Amino acid sequence: MALLQAINPLLSAGWQRDGHEWRLENDSGWRLKDYEARGGYQSLKKILAAKMSPDDVIAEVKKSVLRGRGGAGFPTGLKWSFMPKGSPEKYIVCNTDEGEPGTFKDRDIQRFDPHAVIEGMIIAAHAVGAARGYNYIHGEIYELYQRFEEALDEARAAGYIGQNILGSGLSFELFAHQGWGAYICGEETGLLESIEGKKGQPRYKPPFPANVGLYGKPTTINNTETFASIPYILRDGGDAFLNLGKPNNGGTKLFSVSGHVNRPGNFEVPMGTPFPKLLEMAGGMRGGRKLKAVIPGGSSAPVLPADIIMDCTLDYDSIAKAGSMFGSGAVIVMDETVCMVQALERLSWFYYEESCGQCTPCREGTGWLHKVIQRIEHGHGRPEDLDLLNDVSNNIMGRTICALGDAAALPVLSFTKHFKSEFEYHIEHKKCLVPREIQKAGSIFHTRLMAGATC
Amino acid sequence: MLIDKNMLSEATLKKIDREVAKYPADQKQSAVMAALIFAQDEKGWLANETISLVAKYLDMPEMAVYEVASFYNMYDMQPVGKYKLTVCTNLPCALSGGVHAAEYLKGKLGIDFNETTPDGKFTLKEGECMGACGDAPVMLVNNKHMRCFMAPEEIDRLLEECK
Repeated sequence: MALLQAINPLLSAGWQRDGHEWRLENDSGWRLKDYEARGGYQSLKKILAAKMSPDDVIAEVKKSVLRGRGGAGFPTGLKWSFMPKGSPEKYIVCNTDEGEPGTFKDRDIQRFDPHAVIEGMIIAAHAVGAARGYNYIHGEIYELYQRFEEALDEARAAGYIGQNILGSGLSFELFAHQGWGAYICGEETGLLESIEGKKGQPRYKPPFPANVGLYGKPTTINNTETFASIPYILRDGGDAFLNLGKPNNGGTKLFSVSGHVNRPGNFEVPMGTPFPKLLEMAGGMRGGRKLKAVIPGGSSAPVLPADIIMDCTLDYDSIAKAGSMFGSGAVIVMDETVCMVQALERLSWFYYEESCGQCTPCREGTGWLHKVIQRIEHGHGRPEDLDLLNDVSNNIMGRTICALGDAAALPVLSFTKHFKSEFEYHIEHKKCLVPREIQKAGSIFHTRLMAGATC
Repeated sequence: MLIDKNMLSEATLKKIDREVAKYPADQKQSAVMAALIFAQDEKGWLANETISLVAKYLDMPEMAVYEVASFYNMYDMQPVGKYKLTVCTNLPCALSGGVHAAEYLKGKLGIDFNETTPDGKFTLKEGECMGACGDAPVMLVNNKHMRCFMAPEEIDRLLEECK
């Protein structure tokens, strides 16, 4: 925690999480009065009082080089500037459909700071001229959907949303939309389809949502963390935010660290922080074991072996240069107890499960990938299987409407590239290079069972 | 003449109306996901008859509602036990015991994934990412309540709570 304070967090400054206490009913600090007490809604008030024009707001956000926190990293200010001026009906949509394995930062934002998202969305609505907005919330966090609805009621009662906000003439209505279990709805156009009451199957782009979005109207969609960053940018100025990070990578960022670390959780650090520092903040490797590999940006990002990731800094450019993707900032840490074939089998099952079925290369290809990886894992692999995996992956990549196809293929290509010998060993010896007993040591649960825990 | 089983309760309809009001007047269909959640809450699962009731109430073709109900994972198109437990076994959770938590539950309940105990009390499901990987093992109780850090004694406690 000392380290965290030294870095002076913005987004997580008001979070009150006490150790491993996860029960939501014990949370404090998320209500309107708490948010206001730590300076909340001051940015909105400042903008309205100074009659700051939409163009000036967008210019400030551009200056901050805030890049979309959902995974694609597109500059937020630029995205806002694409919204056509003068259209009578426009929408702001927040993407809280956080279901990319490894990512759990937006859940904590919704949990500890829902008003930061609301304030960010109101400011965005002013900037792009939208009168209505929706926050699409991941199906599995229903309790936080309810909390967001409560936060909306508070904001409405205080006059921050609704007609003629704080007497400024600005009007904005904001609602929550509950998802119900579909990874694909995290894709922005799949999400729009879902709000429209349909299957969440992604749309062709172009046209982009800025021109044809929700109900066919111009729409700006941003990630939860992106909106939550906006009040700070307007409070401190775009330059100050940019300077927290490094050029082309503005601000601080939340990193979700999961897997084989002592203290999994969210950590806010400036963009450009060395990876070993994040690992240290997460308590280091569980059981003091050796780091084997890291998936640095959510399950869709290519895996990186320990020696490569340890030299990386946490920003879009460094991770891209190392051959992976910064993505959503979800860092999945794996130690030497992990069988990479088994790990990949689990991921490939996920993409097969979650393919929406619209495009043939993805619908069929994800099934093929899983089938082949599964047979390697279970000792039925064939010598030609690695070439086959490569071939199937390359026939999915770039041939689908949305990025889920690429997301399914990239882990396969990277796992088989960096850990080829493990796959070859599996195929040749019909068993794992990492002995089962060693694998078991990697799981908390198994370790506890062996130590004679309750059962 | 409609009988009870073929109606949605006043309370459910009221909740649906509140959702409909969130969307533009000509976009009632946007409330279908929420309407199906409430209908499932009331009936326990989504039978074709229930889907038809939602379709009629929202002026939608039955097939359009069925498409939505069958697309999203958390709608139950088959009857489930009183308590539906969904365990995440995706990679980040698996690294912290997700798979073993599921195995422990299977042993305790004597059922596999997608099965229901003979007394109709528990149904076990394998879930995909719940966006809570740092709190693994994670499970959902009846879709709406998340439980975290599910070590064996926590699982035992949960099962005791499920009366």
